[in-house]
Amino acid sequence: MSNLQGWKDINHACMVFHPGNASEYHTGDWRSMRPVIDREKCIKCRICWAFCPDAAVRIGENGEYHIDYDYCKGCGICAYECPREAIEMIEEC
Amino acid sequence: MSRREGLEISAACAEAVALADVDVIAAYPITPQTHIVEHLARKVADGLLDAEYILAESEHSAMSCCIGSSAAGARTFTATAGPGLALMSEMLFVASGLRLPVVMALVNRTLSSPLSIWGDQSDVMSVRDCGWIVFFAENGQEVFDMTIQAFRIAEDERVLFPAMVCLDGFHLSHLVEPVEILDREEVDSFLPPYNPKYRLDPHNPTTMGAFAPPEFFSEIKKRQDEELRSSYHVILEVWGEWEKRFGRSYAPLSQYRSEDAEVILLMAGAFAGTARLAIDRLREKGLRVGLASLKLWRPFPREYLVDALGRAEVVCVVDRALSVGGAGGPIANELRAAFHDVADCPRVVSFVAGLSGRDIMVEGFMEMMEKALSYARDEEMPYYEMYGVRE
Ligand code: SF4
Ligand code: SF4
Repeated sequence: MSNLQGWKDINHACMVFHPGNASEYHTGDWRSMRPVIDREKCIKCRICWAFCPDAAVRIGENGEYHIDYDYCKGCGICAYECPREAIEMIEEC
Repeated sequence: MSRREGLEISAACAEAVALADVDVIAAYPITPQTHIVEHLARKVADGLLDAEYILAESEHSAMSCCIGSSAAGARTFTATAGPGLALMSEMLFVASGLRLPVVMALVNRTLSSPLSIWGDQSDVMSVRDCGWIVFFAENGQEVFDMTIQAFRIAEDERVLFPAMVCLDGFHLSHLVEPVEILDREEVDSFLPPYNPKYRLDPHNPTTMGAFAPPEFFSEIKKRQDEELRSSYHVILEVWGEWEKRFGRSYAPLSQYRSEDAEVILLMAGAFAGTARLAIDRLREKGLRVGLASLKLWRPFPREYLVDALGRAEVVCVVDRALSVGGAGGPIANELRAAFHDVADCPRVVSFVAGLSGRDIMVEGFMEMMEKALSYARDEEMPYYEMYGVRE
């Protein structure tokens, strides 16, 4: 933890002087289960995209679905909602 | 020119807030509220005070409004009492963590149950660790003075903490006393307009109240704690300036006949007035006793107390609050902790008395001091005694 700020260097009242920086915090670290999309089964219905509470389902240039693992917390909602059972939750190692 | 006026102390507090040219007052007007906000509401309604008066739907909301308005850069005030403080307690911690210089008059009243809104200090003791600067006033003049001082101290860039001025329910809040009311120029010369260093500003956006993961929380709280402690020096500096300008002196303790005292009575608030009479009576009987009336509770003036009280044989602490299931009265406990590594320190005898509006008479204080002396010389000292309780 030595590269983290000590108490004297913390901003006054923990204020954030450059707001909108939540994207710099990679909440994907919290994940214990990882969703994996089976593109063979996926019918691109967008349901997973709509339900993901972290906006971590991304649609690529060619319309293919993938997960942004920097932010996916592994909640499994996408897998639960997918009508084609195209998303499998596998354990992170 | 200042004027001397007979005023209900709640009204004197409201006069101080109005002279401080406050921008926002947010309060919840229900029992156990006092006349402080009633007077202020009238001033705003009559156009005598140019401020926003926000009628909140609860005490929790009142403090939330204060947090919002202070974050936006407005000089902000609220008043509450007893259970009202308990309801706003969650937000007290937020106001301190965000370092917002809200000023509050806390009229000390007890916490139910049994149902009661009479006075004691159980409300403020329930939020000891909320990170506010806490002053105790002993009379109407101190309520007036400390309210104006509180804005100046809280808003100092070296401080930036919320501050509360405690005044005893009924024994101060509803009492009429002569109070010297400063005039506008005098107050303006002491208290400059609030020019916040940090505030919410759409042209220069900042985030206040961001979340902190475990790897940062302790560092943030450490900084808050260190900076609340170092506000002590600013408090002394501001008190010094007050004395120069207006002739009334303030210190963490107001002492009476305590220089050569064997027994020092320590307490906070209005009852110290009665205790002074008890000191005189015991002195007439030849006992070397003195009084120390606590004015500053947070930051805790540890070294000052050790210095001022350390020469006595016994410190008799009278707490108007009960730490249910705890080790003694709250002030007594902290004093014992302050002395824990001091050699030849006085014995600290803890009394809990004056709960929920029960008076303590001169004879009561005399008896407690005499008992304290005999307890201190007796190995069997109880770690606290509830004075005057019927068996
Ligand atoms: S597991 Fe949860 S967070 Fe991750 S992509 Fe699916 S819905 Fe979004
Ligand atoms: S919900 Fe299932 S089928 Fe629909 S887009 Fe997502 S992965 Fe494909």
